[in-house]
Amino acid sequence: MNTHVRRLFAWLLFAAAATASAVEAPATPTLAAAVKATTSKSTTDHSQLDALKGPFKSGPEVTKACLSCHNMAGHQVMKSIHWTWEATNPTTGKKLGKKWAANNFCGSPLSNEARCTSCHAGYGWTDKNYDFSKQENVDCLACHDTTGTYKKFGTDAGHPLYADRDFEPMEGPPGKKLFKAPDLTRIAQHVGQPGRANCGACHFNGGGGDAVKHGDLDSSLKNPPRELDVHMAKDGANMACSDCHTFNAHQPSGSRYAATAKDKHGFDLPKDDHNRATCESCHGFKPHQESKINNHTDKVACQTCHIPEFARGGVATKMFWDWSTAGKMDADGKPLFIKDDHGHLKYSAAKGDFKYGENVRPEYKWYNGVVHQVTITDKIDDSKLLELNRVEGSAADPNARIWPFKVMRGKQPYDIENKTLVVNHVFGDDDTSLWKNYDYAKSIKAGMDYAGLPYSGKFGFIETQMNWFITHMVAPKEKAVPCAECHTRAADGRLAALTDIYLPGRDRNAWVDLFGGLAIAGSIGAGLIHGLVRVITRRRKENGQ
Amino acid sequence: MSAERIYIYKRYERFWHWSQAFLIIIMMISGFEVHGSYTLLGFKKAVQLHTLAAWSLLVLWAFTIFWQFTTGEWRQYLPSLKNVMAMVHYYTIGIFTNAPHPFRKTVVQKHNPLQRLAYLALLAFISPLIWGSGLLYLFYGNWNELGLAGYLSLEMVAIAHTVGAFMITAFFFIHVYLTTTGHTVFAHIKAMITGWEEADEHHA
Repeated sequence: MNTHVRRLFAWLLFAAAATASAVEAPATPTLAAAVKATTSKSTTDHSQLDALKGPFKSGPEVTKACLSCHNMAGHQVMKSIHWTWEATNPTTGKKLGKKWAANNFCGSPLSNEARCTSCHAGYGWTDKNYDFSKQENVDCLACHDTTGTYKKFGTDAGHPLYADRDFEPMEGPPGKKLFKAPDLTRIAQHVGQPGRANCGACHFNGGGGDAVKHGDLDSSLKNPPRELDVHMAKDGANMACSDCHTFNAHQPSGSRYAATAKDKHGFDLPKDDHNRATCESCHGFKPHQESKINNHTDKVACQTCHIPEFARGGVATKMFWDWSTAGKMDADGKPLFIKDDHGHLKYSAAKGDFKYGENVRPEYKWYNGVVHQVTITDKIDDSKLLELNRVEGSAADPNARIWPFKVMRGKQPYDIENKTLVVNHVFGDDDTSLWKNYDYAKSIKAGMDYAGLPYSGKFGFIETQMNWFITHMVAPKEKAVPCAECHTRAADGRLAALTDIYLPGRDRNAWVDLFGGLAIAGSIGAGLIHGLVRVITRRRKENGQ
Repeated sequence: MSAERIYIYKRYERFWHWSQAFLIIIMMISGFEVHGSYTLLGFKKAVQLHTLAAWSLLVLWAFTIFWQFTTGEWRQYLPSLKNVMAMVHYYTIGIFTNAPHPFRKTVVQKHNPLQRLAYLALLAFISPLIWGSGLLYLFYGNWNELGLAGYLSLEMVAIAHTVGAFMITAFFFIHVYLTTTGHTVFAHIKAMITGWEEADEHHA
């Protein structure tokens, strides 16, 4: 193309853009950054309160002091999923939550409580007989510490350390390391609204380590660059998790068991239900300047274009976990742990083989708000790959939109006769746990006995996969997925797997293209031949004269 | 020997013709990119350009329809089957034997009978197909409000639009070739630029 034509194109495009912006004004949400001041706006300075003078020797002591003023807080927390670890799937009515839903990470907290409940919003859940009615066992500090020094210890059933401890992590470098006990009194005197690090202490470390589970939640979000997360970046909107996952009487908004597939309410105004866990709650239904882009929102979730990749913060997420290979010993008869070139554990005698991913392009699926979550008591079909949480939807479904997912793949133990998944007793200083004894026969039996579930005694390994909604790590708008990555005939187009919708630029009718192409070729050919005959007959005539 | 000259294409008509030609070429190029036939501007820019050209052409047509009716020029598109066979005979045989053109352009009759039929087909069939499907395509996001969502699918509309696109493109190439069939290769094009048609002195 010569420069004149190019300049003309440029002018036309400029004119188009100018017209579009003149017609529809851009809708920009009020940035929370404007609201959030650097100094606290709280009407209470907790460090001055008599009730918090301390000194405090345990978590529950602090909680009692909190409840002496916040006398409803304990009851509120005890109704929340952060305390009960139980949920009812609002669309299928099935009982879910960490207690029941199956996953292809460590499986079930049953028989592994002391380890798993280090992320319980409470203290002392050491076994299945835990008393859920004791409000002094609610952990206020995990969410409300503002010093960044409070830490629930990994193996103490939700308690922080109360004295410094020498400890050797299972998969870390050999040798004991000193872990310091946090200063509970100072922490109690510096409580406030939860920040990113509070939620992140558990949600960034789901699956037992940084970035393991989600793919779009990891420690890089504590203080993310704008590129990584436009909402949570300090030079972006500097938002906290709870700005979207709004809490009402300590009940969080937003659920991965039934994420809102299509928000039909839009802006969340003060008169509404104070649930902002959808993009539309702040951005409305027509957030783009160009109506052609807004037209996508009936079929495409915001996240699909605005989160081009997950695990973008420099922390790799687990993509594959094969439990069937666990238990290998090295030449000295010691459990084998192998790290890859990046320092990631790629084999663990305790857990099997892993694969990781960074900057991963999500997989895309139709989702209409219904998730078919398998529980540890469900009968399963072991003749094929088991999808632990199939998401429902299709192009024809008016409630469905295309959503991005991290698809976690793996192999995990199951009961080959009863056709159920199993409770695996992985953690514990005893003679049955997998991570001490490396023997599935013992660990599964112990887990199933403990859970009181039927077990045939025969186990195998089944290939499973699990869908993880990708909704965080929203990139700045200039980094959104370009149109041509979906609207393309290329085999690696982002939506290549979704064939039940007509996608301009990708799809066509082969017959129309064939006959249309022939018509164009025919019209050009006819002109050429007709012209050629004219030239020849004229020459002959001129020669003849 | 001086040629007979007639002023056949008025200023507005020439402006209309060439700006329409420009817009249609833009739309053919960007349209087939949106269709996925090749990559030139990138999908997004191709869509934006195609949309802008479509709106521009609609505005141009609004003025042109007004012009056609106020000047009475619309009568130029009334079909007549008279002498159609003579035209067919000329294009298939006469043109090669240096036979005289069977039609003489005048100010009141600037299209030969075959042209009249071709333009009428364009106006009555291809153009409604393209504009109908194109506007539905453009307003896909408003189908619900328009009460159309139950009757249409994007695939249907897109394929209809593509059929129209192939037809207009085939028409375009034939049209361009036929401009070379005047008494000199560029005689017709020159007339469309200057407005003045030079009658073929050889046959005058």
